Amino acid sequence: MTLRPGEDASLRAGGATRHEVCAVALADAFRGDGEILASPIGVLPGIAARLARATFAPDLLMSDGVAALVNIDGAVEGWLPYRTVFDVVWSGRRHVIMGASQIDRHGNQNIACIGDPQKPKAQLLGMRGAPGNTINHTTSYWIPSHSRRSFVPKVDVVTGVGYDRAAALGARAARFHEIRRVVTDLAVLDFATPDHAMRLASLHPGVTLADVIEKTGFPLSFVEPVATTRAPTDVELDLLRRVIDPRGVGAREVSA
Amino acid sequence: MKDKRIGAEDVVAELRSGMTLGIGGWGSRRKPMSLVRAILRSPLTDLTVVAYGGPDVGLLCAAGKVRKLITGFVSLDSIALDPCYRAARQRGGLEVREYDEGMLQWGLYAASLRLPFLPTRAGLGSDVLTLCPELRTVRSPYDDGDELVAVPAIELDAAICHLNRADAAGNAQFLGPDLYFDDLFLGAAKRRFISVERVVPTAELLAAGSVHTLRIHRGMVDGVVEAPRGAHFTECPPDYGRDEELQARYAAAAADPAAWNAFLQEYVA
Repeated sequence: MTLRPGEDASLRAGGATRHEVCAVALADAFRGDGEILASPIGVLPGIAARLARATFAPDLLMSDGVAALVNIDGAVEGWLPYRTVFDVVWSGRRHVIMGASQIDRHGNQNIACIGDPQKPKAQLLGMRGAPGNTINHTTSYWIPSHSRRSFVPKVDVVTGVGYDRAAALGARAARFHEIRRVVTDLAVLDFATPDHAMRLASLHPGVTLADVIEKTGFPLSFVEPVATTRAPTDVELDLLRRVIDPRGVGAREVSA
Repeated sequence: MKDKRIGAEDVVAELRSGMTLGIGGWGSRRKPMSLVRAILRSPLTDLTVVAYGGPDVGLLCAAGKVRKLITGFVSLDSIALDPCYRAARQRGGLEVREYDEGMLQWGLYAASLRLPFLPTRAGLGSDVLTLCPELRTVRSPYDDGDELVAVPAIELDAAICHLNRADAAGNAQFLGPDLYFDDLFLGAAKRRFISVERVVPTAELLAAGSVHTLRIHRGMVDGVVEAPRGAHFTECPPDYGRDEELQARYAAAAADPAAWNAFLQEYVA
């Protein structure tokens, strides 16, 4: 196996680089979703959704990023202006992968601002569609730099609703809320615990449990031995490198 | 049919300080920038602005024209964050109502239908409700008993939007991929003004696009400003794309007073 320029051999796992492991972990988030709108926000989530559709999730609907639904060949198959996106969000037939400037152990997400919302230290994106997304349909998160800056004890503003906030609304109001997984450059996390606190589901190849604990700003649930994130299959690697991301732009989002 | 063609200064003359102004478009897409520039050149101030925000909101904030903003986001699309809006927020003193994007649509829709509110699940459990303490929830009167956010009608004193074509009476056409929520901004407003790339005879409207593109009819419009490149530097497809070079200069200039003045001289004066 030959390394590409700038590639670190230590990140290799069964021939896959770290960003390829992340892409497959993000793609796996869409397993079982059927014929719904996949809305991946960011470069690697976009690669991941296309990988999922090219393999185990062929029925996923995807936007061209402007106002059209495009099929796997890039042909326009429908009109998707923002108004229709909102309709789909509220219908529940959607799975979004969002980023998070901050996330806490309950899965509350912040993309609005850092500091006091009346006079923030740093104004970020704002609420965008996060409140409506999280209360209406399945959400996953992609956090390309796992650190104590992003994994915080308490988020400054709740934009995306976490499990504690959802539980406080009652079972009926929260019935469409699901945070399926959080993928970072180091690990896959989920909420498969009795109280829906964040759990370390798997470590990417080459990452230690101590790394993740050190870089997480709250106590993380886990059961030892922690699983290893699955390696991409040969078919997936071939699709990623030859068809979906031949120029390797997905690598730019992962600094590990 | 009335000829509603007017100039940008006539639009400004109908506005008053303290008004609630809706601005159509989305982010850095099909924003009525020539009308925004006319507002920037005027003494208007103390505005409540309602928008899916882009450089319109950034420029108005930088000029100190905005007292309160109701929005879902402010973004330049190809540049994620608008530096003028960020600076205004981080200075403090700007009153902000950050809604979920869909809640904003619902508030405009409620106003356009003369309803006091419309219900939605969006916002429940999030800090939209804690940071906008005036927002209320409502319980479904039916057996489900669902508790929902009652998004209040966002009534606008005036709205400004930029479309691709219109006739002199205000029948207007979007030729790009998305109307965004321009019809709702106009529907929610007492006074409704559009700028367009080109005013054409009514009979020519269908030459440019199907009947589905005629989403704004003359009953929704009080004044039409012919403004070629009126959305520039935001995009206005298919007439033109975003001027990324000028947008990048706008974003860069915001950090430096001398560069900012030079930008305003070039773009606004």
